[in-house]
Amino acid sequence: MTDSSTADPGDVRDVIVIGSGPSGYTAAVYAARAQLKPLVFEGTQFGGALMTTTEVENFPGFRDGIMGPDLMGEMREQAKRFGAELRAEDVESVDLSGEVKTVFANGVTYRSRAVILSMGAAPRYLDVPGEQALLGRGVSSCATCDGFFFRDQDIAVVGGGDSAMEEATFLTRFARSVTLVHRREEFRSSRIMLERAQANDKIRFITNAEVIAVLGEGSVSGLRLRDSTTGNESTLDVTAMFVAVGHDPRSALVSGQVDTDDAGYVLVSAHGTATSLDGVFAAGDLVDHTYRQAITAAGTGCSAAIDAERWLAEHAIDRHAEIASEFVGGGYGAYAS
Amino acid sequence: MTKPITVTDATFAAEVLGSSKPVLVDFWATWCGPCKMVAPVLEEIANEHGEKITIAKMDIDANPSIPRDYQILSIPTMILFQDGKPVKQIVGAKPKAALLADLADVL
Repeated sequence: MTDSSTADPGDVRDVIVIGSGPSGYTAAVYAARAQLKPLVFEGTQFGGALMTTTEVENFPGFRDGIMGPDLMGEMREQAKRFGAELRAEDVESVDLSGEVKTVFANGVTYRSRAVILSMGAAPRYLDVPGEQALLGRGVSSCATCDGFFFRDQDIAVVGGGDSAMEEATFLTRFARSVTLVHRREEFRSSRIMLERAQANDKIRFITNAEVIAVLGEGSVSGLRLRDSTTGNESTLDVTAMFVAVGHDPRSALVSGQVDTDDAGYVLVSAHGTATSLDGVFAAGDLVDHTYRQAITAAGTGCSAAIDAERWLAEHAIDRHAEIASEFVGGGYGAYAS
Repeated sequence: MTKPITVTDATFAAEVLGSSKPVLVDFWATWCGPCKMVAPVLEEIANEHGEKITIAKMDIDANPSIPRDYQILSIPTMILFQDGKPVKQIVGAKPKAALLADLADVL
């Protein structure tokens, strides 16, 4: 097999996992237990989407709930315990074609036979005037990080899914009022999350409204809204806008190499995690536009590690044949095969 | 081996504004996930560049007044102080290479 954890980065490893979060760490746990000594590029923003959540109530095994960052800390330690090598570095580029894949991070090139992609998804912004200029000055995609600063103020959450409901409900701990602005009439969120938000006196709803600009100099003073049925415009006076309008898969690193769909999600085989490239597997929110749950990400991370392990086992013979042919040279090629 | 120091509303003036060395103040809180991501990176920077820069951590829950004075509206926010003045503000967790690039003027 390959190197130990102290090996020179130039050695060819069995498997590299790119990304952390529930899928990356679960892949790391399984690959490490299969003695594949995975190298995991966690990224500097390790832990994935759960790092910006509070209580996770639906991860099986924690009947009283667990804090998102604590759950990720546990998964991380579990991967470490079985020998996964974790690096808090961002991968800058990859070459996933060919027998040996290369991964470039922090000035070093790493090589591996199999690669598991698990980069997750990044929060989406509205892309309206004022938004980027006021990011961190009242515009936020992280209620748990920034809600604290808007104590006793009137603020807004934009979105209609579970994360919008969760953020709105969470923000009522601090804010005087939370206005949930949603561009449609119906909500995408689960019933339990919607009902919890609707039952909260501090939350009011504006539906069929689109945010067309974020107002304010230096900090947010309001949102410009347009009614999507009448076209009428109005201003909502708020000091913060929390954006919860979904996520985009972080597939830029591998675009042009593995096949993706129109929205950028990495395409995988119907009942597995194999991508369009041999030896490259993908898991988690990077491939999933349907479920996007911590438990489904962990599930596909597990599948990816098992798929990679089997793929490596199936290709072990070819590998030996190849190494043999390299050693004996052309004249003795017949012995090698 | 230099480690980050902890500063409070009471010690901020002396330890940050009065420092002859540049100080990067990390405004953080226990409940902030991205703060946990950036913490080990800041420890590394303190360890590797301790002779040129002091890394200071301020828990915004325990210290309400300095974060308000500097209009912190998002954490993690890091502010670089030089000769008692804020010279650079960094919002959000960033990779080590990006932080080092932001601090290049003082390192």
